[in-house]
Parts: sequence; C-alpha cells; structure tokens
Amino acid sequence: MQVVLQNVNKRFQRDGSQPLTVLQDINLNIERGEFISLLGPSGCGKSTILNIVAGLETASDGIVTVNGQPIKGPGTDRIVVFQESGLFPWMNVLDNVTYGLLLKGMSKKEAHEKAMEGLRMVHLTRFAKSFPHELSGGMKQRVAIARAFVMDPEILLMDEPFAALDEQTRMVLHEELQTIWQKTGKTIIFITHNIREAVMLSTRIILMGTRPGIIKKEFTVEAARPRDLSDSVLRHLEARLLQGLEQEMEKVLKEEMGDDYSYKKGAVLSDPMHNLGSDI
Amino acid sequence: MINGLISGQILEATYLSLRRLAFGFVISITLGLLMGYLIARYKWVDDTLGFLVTALQSIPSIVWLPLAILWFKLGEAPILFIVTIGATWTMTVTSSTGFKNINPLFLRVARTMGSSGFHLMRTVILPASVPHLISGLRVAWAFAWRALMAGELVGGTGGLGHLLEMGRSLQSMDLVLAIMIIIGVVGTIIDNQVFNRMEKSVQKKWGVSARI
Ligand SMILES: Nc1ncnc2c1ncn2[C@@H]1O[C@H](COP(=O)(O)OP(=O)(O)OP(=O)(O)O)[C@@H](O)[C@H]1O
Ligand SMILES: [Mg+2]
Repeated sequence: MQVVLQNVNKRFQRDGSQPLTVLQDINLNIERGEFISLLGPSGCGKSTILNIVAGLETASDGIVTVNGQPIKGPGTDRIVVFQESGLFPWMNVLDNVTYGLLLKGMSKKEAHEKAMEGLRMVHLTRFAKSFPHELSGGMKQRVAIARAFVMDPEILLMDEPFAALDEQTRMVLHEELQTIWQKTGKTIIFITHNIREAVMLSTRIILMGTRPGIIKKEFTVEAARPRDLSDSVLRHLEARLLQGLEQEMEKVLKEEMGDDYSYKKGAVLSDPMHNLGSDI
Repeated sequence: MINGLISGQILEATYLSLRRLAFGFVISITLGLLMGYLIARYKWVDDTLGFLVTALQSIPSIVWLPLAILWFKLGEAPILFIVTIGATWTMTVTSSTGFKNINPLFLRVARTMGSSGFHLMRTVILPASVPHLISGLRVAWAFAWRALMAGELVGGTGGLGHLLEMGRSLQSMDLVLAIMIIIGVVGTIIDNQVFNRMEKSVQKKWGVSARI
C-alpha cells in the first residue's frame, strides 16, 4: 500500500465553542498506480483529506503513511493541484512553472524546456511570458496543472482541478491525464463534484458522507479504457452514485433549512453533469 | 544674495542630509523587516513587541532627540538615531501586517514544491507582501525625512536643516526660502521617482491598479 489512512479523525479548534469534527474514522488504503476519486457534497472534508496526505495539515488522531513512512510534512513526492490555482502573481507563467523544478536542482535550461513542454500540454506556450492576472480563471488553472505535472511526483493530489474549465478543455485534459497516468503509473487522488468525471477516470470511487465527514461507500470501476459513458455498467454505477449523493445532500439541506424542507428528488440533480453540491 | 560660497554650502548640506537619510532609512528598513517578521511569525512576540511598537509609534520622533543627545552627545549619532527611530516603527507595523496577510495558499504551494527557510522568505514571503511593504516604505521615508529636518534644525551639525537655522540667524530671507524650496523639491523627487514608480510597477505586474 502506498498511501494508508488508518482511523483518521480531524477536528478543527474553534475559539469559544466545541471543536468541529470534520473527518471521522477515515480508513483508506491506496495502492501504487491507483486513480482514486473522492466524491461527496461540499464541506464533507475532501480537501482536508488531501491536505493531510500532502502534509499540509495533520490528522487529529490515527495513522497516515506514505510508502510505509509516517507523513512529516510536505514533500515533492506529493504534488497538489489546489482548488484555486495559487499561481504567484509576482512571477510570469514560465517562472511559476519552473519554480519547483529549479528547487529540485534542475538546471535553468532544462527546467525551461520541461516547463515549456508542460505548457504545451495545456496549450498555453503563447502565454509563457504573461503574468497570471492577464489570464482567465481556466487558463490559470491550466498553468497550475502544468506546474504540478512537470514536477513528476509519485503521487498527484488534485482538488477539483477541472471544475473551472470549459467542456472542451476539460475533455482534452481528461485525455491527457489518463494518458499520463497510464504511461507513468502514478498514483492519483482526485477530488470532484462531478459524478461523470469520476466514473470516466477512476479505478476506484470513494463516496463520502457529511457532518462529520465519513467514507460512505466504495465503488471499484472495472470498465476498459477508453471508457464510453453509454456502457451499461458505467451508467448503472452513475445512477448508484447519484442516489448516494442525493441522500447526503438531502441530509445537508434538511439540517440547513429545517425539517419542513422537503427535498424534491431529482429536481435539482437530474443532470449528473452538474457539479453536485457545488452551490450549497 | 546667494553667492557662490553659499550655493556651494547648499550642495554640501543637501548631500550631507541625503546621506544621513539614506543611512538611517536602510537601518530602519532592516530593523523593521526583522521585527515585522518576528511579530508575524510568533504569537508571543506579537503580544509583547507588537504591542510595544504600536505604543512607541505614536511618539513623534523629534521627541527622542533630547534623550538621544544625552546618550550620544551632540554630533552625528543623535540625528541618525531619530531618523532611524522615526521610520522603524512604521516599517515594523506595515511589514508585520504585510506578512500576516499573505495568502496562505501561496505558502502551501511553495512548501509542497520544496521551499522552506530563507528560500521561502526570498521567493514567496517578501514578494507576496510587496504591495504592503511599498506603502510602508513610503510612509517610513516621509517620517524619516521629517525627523531628519527637525533633528538638523535643532541638533545643529550640518545639513539642510542646520543651514536653514543659519539663514534665520543671518536674517537672510533668501537663504531660508531657497532651502525650503530645496527641501520641498528633494522630497517630491524622491516620492515621485522612487516610491511612486515602485508602486506603479508592482501594480502593473500584479494587475491591481483598478480605479474606484
Ligand atoms: N482551517 C479550518 N478551520 C476550521 N474549519 C475548517 C478549516 N478548514 C476546513 N474547515 C471545515 O472543514 C469542513 C471540510 O472542509 P473541506 O475544505 O475539506 O471540504 P470539501 O469537502 O473540500 O468541500 P468543497 O467541495 O466545497 O471544496 C468544512 O465544514 C470547513 O468549514
Ligand atoms: Mg474542497
């Protein structure tokens, strides 16, 4: 097992009130080369799990190991594509992408070449000398993806990397990501609100429940690639995921709006392409 | 009448004043950044030093002059002291605010890419707080400039302020006015050519020059 979370709890201290339990009893074993998706309503703790694996947050209880070693902090074996791009506004696009490469001790020339290769993949070579504020939201996110990919980490942690992108770019990047993953055998932990995205890409999907964040169900996706969403196995899986998510959402909405709220099944979520839960 | 002798004196005085200003300013920036960093980094420093600095900030720097003269005797040192102290507190406060307001996402990105310690300071912490730091520098320089003039006027060891005082005792209105104009011009040039430019270039780079 490459990544192991064992009985992990996470609480956030709040001044003046009870600590908030965000994750409860999370058990997750991830093998080398898996493409694993975390799916769940907003606020269920997906980003928190990712941050714990990245070494940016510590678990309140439990054991978290990578390659058998307890996580002591961030490391270049685990690179994150954050929910917001997080590009440095004081550096141009190229310098942003070479940042980590130079830190790894790569020569300037080599880093430059590698970065341009990464930018080519996201179709942004023309913007190498631009500053982040000159790019659109989706373009920034693509640069952030290139910045993570060129680092060539063993484990790639992606927090809704494609949520801000248009459909075309998203499809191109789905392809790219699959190719890279198949070629390099990296482990990918992928967060999404989008059921179809999870079904298309993952080897395994973790459905999470909320308040506190728990693992509700796991689904193994055993369809051949390239995947076709009209495949009956995948459609069946999609339906089951939707159902599971709806239950969770209902719970959230009930809590937030009071008991008199009656959830109209399917009214909001009839289209699984919607980013489920993104607006609660 | 501003004859050759006097104008030579003015040049010399301007040079002396600017040298003091630069020297005091560099010291206060260094001290300010250092203390600002410690205040932003450690809660207990914030609770102690941070509180003290806010209190000290409200003392006009010229008030320190008598104490400085008692400590250092008349001469270069007390003037430098009040120039430095005038700018240091502002610089400390603005830099600590700047450091505290860095988007934590930038730090996270840098850490996962393997940055830490001095590298993190140089490549992320400082540049990320540059917009704050520049406005801090601007205020600090204004404080230092005022403190310098006041100090020279009262502490009397050369410089534009001292020359101004000399003009008064010689009853030379020309000299007094000429020096006042020079003080104004030097101030404007520095503000415009140095700080305004810096601010503009950062705004351009960051794309934050919106007008409201
Ligand atoms: N630093 C923090 N301090 C206190 N509470 C926090 C902190 N970070 C996250 N939380 C809380 O933890 C919960 C889970 O947050 P997290 O960001 O992991 O959710 P998420 O599943 O990624 O949601 P989304 O899909 O909207 O990104 C939220 O309820 C949030 O309020
Ligand atoms: Mg999140």
